[in-house]
Amino acid sequence: MTHWLIVPVILPALLAPFIVLAARYHIGIQRAFSVVGVLALVALTAGLAVATSDGTVLLYQLGDWAAPFGIVLVGDRLSTMMVLLTTVLALFVLLYAIGSGWDDRGRHFHALFQFQLMGIIGAFLTGDLFNLFVFFEVLLIASYGLMIHAGGNARMKAGLQYVLFNLIGSTLFLFALGAIYAETGTLNMADLAQRVTLITPEETVGIRVAAVLLLLVFAIKAALVPLHFWLPSSYAEAPAPVAALFAIMTKVGAYAIIRVYTMVFPPDLEVTSGLHDVWLLPAALVSLAIGMTGVLAAKKLDRLVAFSVIGSMGMVMVAISLFTPQSIAAALYYIVHSTLAGATLFLISDLVRTGRANLELTPQPAISGNALTAALFFVGAIAMAGLPPLSGFLGKLLVLDAGYNSDKMVWIWAVVLISSLVSIVGFSRAGSILFWKAHSVEPTGQTFQRPAALSYVAVGGLIAMLIAHTVFAGKVHGYTTTMAAQLFAPEPYISTVVDTPGKLSKPKTEEK
Amino acid sequence: MELLVASAIGILTAGGLYLLLRLRTFPVILGISLLTYAVNVFLFASGRLTTAAPPILRDDISLYADPLPQALVLTAIVISFGMTAVVVMIGLGAFLGSDDDHVDDQPAPDEDKAEGTS
Repeated sequence: MTHWLIVPVILPALLAPFIVLAARYHIGIQRAFSVVGVLALVALTAGLAVATSDGTVLLYQLGDWAAPFGIVLVGDRLSTMMVLLTTVLALFVLLYAIGSGWDDRGRHFHALFQFQLMGIIGAFLTGDLFNLFVFFEVLLIASYGLMIHAGGNARMKAGLQYVLFNLIGSTLFLFALGAIYAETGTLNMADLAQRVTLITPEETVGIRVAAVLLLLVFAIKAALVPLHFWLPSSYAEAPAPVAALFAIMTKVGAYAIIRVYTMVFPPDLEVTSGLHDVWLLPAALVSLAIGMTGVLAAKKLDRLVAFSVIGSMGMVMVAISLFTPQSIAAALYYIVHSTLAGATLFLISDLVRTGRANLELTPQPAISGNALTAALFFVGAIAMAGLPPLSGFLGKLLVLDAGYNSDKMVWIWAVVLISSLVSIVGFSRAGSILFWKAHSVEPTGQTFQRPAALSYVAVGGLIAMLIAHTVFAGKVHGYTTTMAAQLFAPEPYISTVVDTPGKLSKPKTEEK
Repeated sequence: MELLVASAIGILTAGGLYLLLRLRTFPVILGISLLTYAVNVFLFASGRLTTAAPPILRDDISLYADPLPQALVLTAIVISFGMTAVVVMIGLGAFLGSDDDHVDDQPAPDEDKAEGTS
């Protein structure tokens, strides 16, 4: 048994209290430890991703207790890729936070950042539904602190809405867990997958309720319409680097849906039939439409980006709700793209904000570094709207291709293509007002400071990742295809988790 | 006992939901507390209701209480306690800052914005 699987959870968990206790008055030391910690995490998670790339399933039993009773962490292709994506995103976001000075505008930014990473990484790696809840709470409680970082009345108010919405979501999650436990007597995902198939068709009332409740909880996290109301104001009011990090949080919901509804409640399971195509797909199409309409209607740049995040989550969910190996592969490709593109746009909106009085989409004097920021926004908008040549276009093609054989093909194609057009109009309107009309406005004499070079490096790094995601699209999509194949053949995962002996299984074998 | 526990969960949930819809900080926080009490009892009941039964497996005992929901409830109580403390502090901060305890967005345009100022 390798211990490496738990290190990405332990490392930020130790680093965060150390930063609070030992370095709380020295922003320089905090920054150094935070960056070194995230760099170590990137190396670790890259190692894990390589170790699982041949299809092996890594298992870590905490305290050597065997699976259905003990707590387990499981790393397969999907979870290690999501963890790697998290740490790479975190590295650039952290560089931006340091470069722009956001981390020094309130206290404990770096400690909360590390706790946030611990929660997200744990949620991706856990093999147990109750620990998924616990890691959700870890990442949420850190995100509450980050959300209201640097204070301000509007931010406090948005933070309150965000916290309340998530508290209700957590309560719903507990109801779902209670219902699942009452029906099956286990919360370990691999064990659940075996037991759910044993339920006879006459006794499915409880498990149906539980499956729908669980889907609702994950849909809240993934900001699926009509459960998306928390997202626009909280992402728009949160400090920009925090909002960029939050881009991965909606993907935690998408990941949980993929994981639970391929392994525990697979699409061909009689108990939950109709859940995906009757409920999830229309909701996903509506979120795509509403998100992209929001891009066109937004009056402020940060809201515009928040709505584009909702729209791209809608696209991810359209692909997920088809639930074929091909569509899941497309969804996974699009998840990586959407995380990077959303984070890039949030950081660019902060670059714009540094040079202006506010983020309202009205003509104002040109910001310092107008040309460079405009170019960055141009690239980010192309990626998010899904125009060639960047990965958004390829991801959209994959989703459309996956939807081609569906019986709702007309709806999927129509909504995806029309909403793309709407978002292109929205982004070009915002870009031309922000950057071009600025030249026709007389400077007011009000001077703003220029963004630091490190900020540009961070944004440029994210864009470089997007370009790499496009250039190596064939390889990445090949890998996500093998990932989807692994998801739709969960037997190795289940047998690894359930059959690996631990402390508790030893006396049983001696008795026999 | 089943009827008592089930109706307690139902009443707590209904009261919690009603208070949640009041859209003012104080009732909403009370509503969330009621909901978490309801979910704690619900989790506790998910291991089936037994009286005077030990939660530890022994050879000569056939009737026992499921220990796992008790552990889950303990975790849930700790987390919800911490979360309630956090939401009270943030709610208090939002109320003292803007002199308004509405949870939803008000139509009136607000002047102060949380832009980058420290």
